[in-house]
Amino acid sequence: MRSSKRLAWLVALLATVGLVAGACGSSSSGGSSTASTSGGATSDFDYSTLSGTLNGSGSTFQNSFNEAAIAAFADTAPKLTVNYQAVGSGQGKKDLAAGTTQWAGTDSKVADADKGSYAGGPLYFPTVAAPITVSYNLKGVDKVQLSAETLGAIFSGTITSWNDPKIAADNPGTTLPSTAITLAVRSDGSGTTSAFSKYLAKAAASTFTLTAGDTVQWPSSAQAGKGNSGVAQIITQTDGAIGYVDYSDAKASKLSLAAIKNKSGAYVAPSSESASAALAGATIGSDLFIDALDATGADAYPITTGTYVLVSATQKDATTANNLKGWITFLLTDAQSLAADADYAPLPTSLAEQALAQLAKITVG
Amino acid sequence: MPPASSVAERAPDPDVPVDASISLASTGGRRGDSIFRLVALAAGLLVLVVLAGIAFATTRQAWPAFSAEGIGFLTSSDWDPNNGKFGALAFIWGTLLSSAIALVIGVPISIGIALYTNEMAPRRLRRPVTYVIDLLAAIPSVVYGLWGVLVLAPNILPVYDSINSAVGDVPGLSWLFGGKASGRSFMTAGLILAIMIIPIVTSLSREVIATVPRSQREAAYGMGATRWEMIRSAVLPWSRGGIVGATMLGLGRAMGETIAVALVIGSNAQITTHLFSPGDSMAGVIANQWGESSGTYSAALIGLGVVLFAVTILVNVIARRVVRHFDERLKVA
Repeated sequence: MRSSKRLAWLVALLATVGLVAGACGSSSSGGSSTASTSGGATSDFDYSTLSGTLNGSGSTFQNSFNEAAIAAFADTAPKLTVNYQAVGSGQGKKDLAAGTTQWAGTDSKVADADKGSYAGGPLYFPTVAAPITVSYNLKGVDKVQLSAETLGAIFSGTITSWNDPKIAADNPGTTLPSTAITLAVRSDGSGTTSAFSKYLAKAAASTFTLTAGDTVQWPSSAQAGKGNSGVAQIITQTDGAIGYVDYSDAKASKLSLAAIKNKSGAYVAPSSESASAALAGATIGSDLFIDALDATGADAYPITTGTYVLVSATQKDATTANNLKGWITFLLTDAQSLAADADYAPLPTSLAEQALAQLAKITVG
Repeated sequence: MPPASSVAERAPDPDVPVDASISLASTGGRRGDSIFRLVALAAGLLVLVVLAGIAFATTRQAWPAFSAEGIGFLTSSDWDPNNGKFGALAFIWGTLLSSAIALVIGVPISIGIALYTNEMAPRRLRRPVTYVIDLLAAIPSVVYGLWGVLVLAPNILPVYDSINSAVGDVPGLSWLFGGKASGRSFMTAGLILAIMIIPIVTSLSREVIATVPRSQREAAYGMGATRWEMIRSAVLPWSRGGIVGATMLGLGRAMGETIAVALVIGSNAQITTHLFSPGDSMAGVIANQWGESSGTYSAALIGLGVVLFAVTILVNVIARRVVRHFDERLKVA
């Protein structure tokens, strides 16, 4: 038994090393598109002053954008190494609070009770936004559109089969089978779950009966998978399944994506463009938190959410502070042009400029 | 092998000069022996200290959740972190149910393998079969989990569906096989766990069965027993205690398994007797939800760990008692 356990550890270690190496390898290919700032914010930051290492961890939602940005940044600031581990927003926040990392990726805010753990308080820098898709698998049906109310009823478990009159009303002219609906949801706590359930709570208050958050008590017909790819797997394997998956994973798994009715009454399919349209109609908080859920705009995809780089306002030394400023400046300027290729929506120029201005709040103390 | 006592009573080598202290000590206990006893005692105690330390530290970390929920932590199945409700019963249920399925499926197979390799297999087949079974134990659990979720879950769903449509409405059977069948379910988790516990249960059962004295078997054959009658009347009664002990160790393994179960059980916290429905387990939910938890939520997840720890220790204590009982019977015979 003992030797088998040791072997398991060894295999796990090798697998980890392999994964990390694989991730690094694949990311470098994404950086080949050079930073040609297509509009957006610009900056005259002197990247040659940067050196050392910046470690970050957190949100899986922004991982592929970060990978592309890190690869491109290696050419811009060769002496500074930036690392990112996609371990989930919650763990990223814990790591930053504990001081094991210098920056975190997050989709959600720091809880008020935990703000004291970040020297000088937490600062959020929005980097990109992306749509959360409603993906489905229904034999014989290749186009589904849903209103927020219907979606809320489906995910509350009050609509249980595909030929429900409410779904039919959203899809005139489509013959829907009587297949039972299987909800595909996340088994791990997730910013994607949080944004999706908050959208339902906001736009479908009348039909969505659950409490929104990182972990939602879904109805008993739900099956949960780990990570976006786990949910995508359930959808692929199950006829009648419907679930929420981030855009890049849904595209990679070739899922069918439902068009969602936005505030203006139009059914819009998820894409980088419709997410950008949602950002244009979003409200921005004083902490630069983007609320693009159910945003106004005829072309806006209603389930669009921003993702953020989180740092402590007060840094221990000037080198780290300068490195952070350089890295975040790069994310907000040159890296924005990499967003669309990685299936994200770049920030509107005005918001990127607001975020750049906030860099002044990073101080050494 | 000579009895242990003859080694201890061997006369001192006459060529070695006898040290006074040794000759003094030889009447009571030798100094080396007492030092060795202390070192061994310290090593033994260290395990207990570590165990107590883990129990204390996790309980303390879990205290905010325990004090907020009280006994409801164990008796409620309402797990709703957004509303600050932490009831672990559905996870306890899932852990026990999936482990029980694993035992029901895995133990008979293990005993069968053990009997085959000991009693029936041709001599040249014994070793390879034993090797392959032991090899199963070397496969990392995440590999079982991935195989379960990518291969087993989608392919076994039609089987579940046909069982469900055949007996899902029969009173009594509907209790186990009713409801909507899902590829990721208690049953799938139980099947994966069954494969995972087969190596340990098999190898322990095999050793126990090998201790059945030749005279017992020959006596049974002498009475005119067939091979099955010999196994039933001589081998199984003799090794029952040891097989129960092996089963208990397998149960401990099944209950603690994390990642394989987390991947295939479906992660839906519900209490149901429908084996084909998705559920969730204590270890699985810790692995799944730890990353995004904070405050009382984290405490509640650690609390699940404490409960799992307690249940596992309980099972291990029972297993030791059973094994000891078996050993004593061996000595008597």
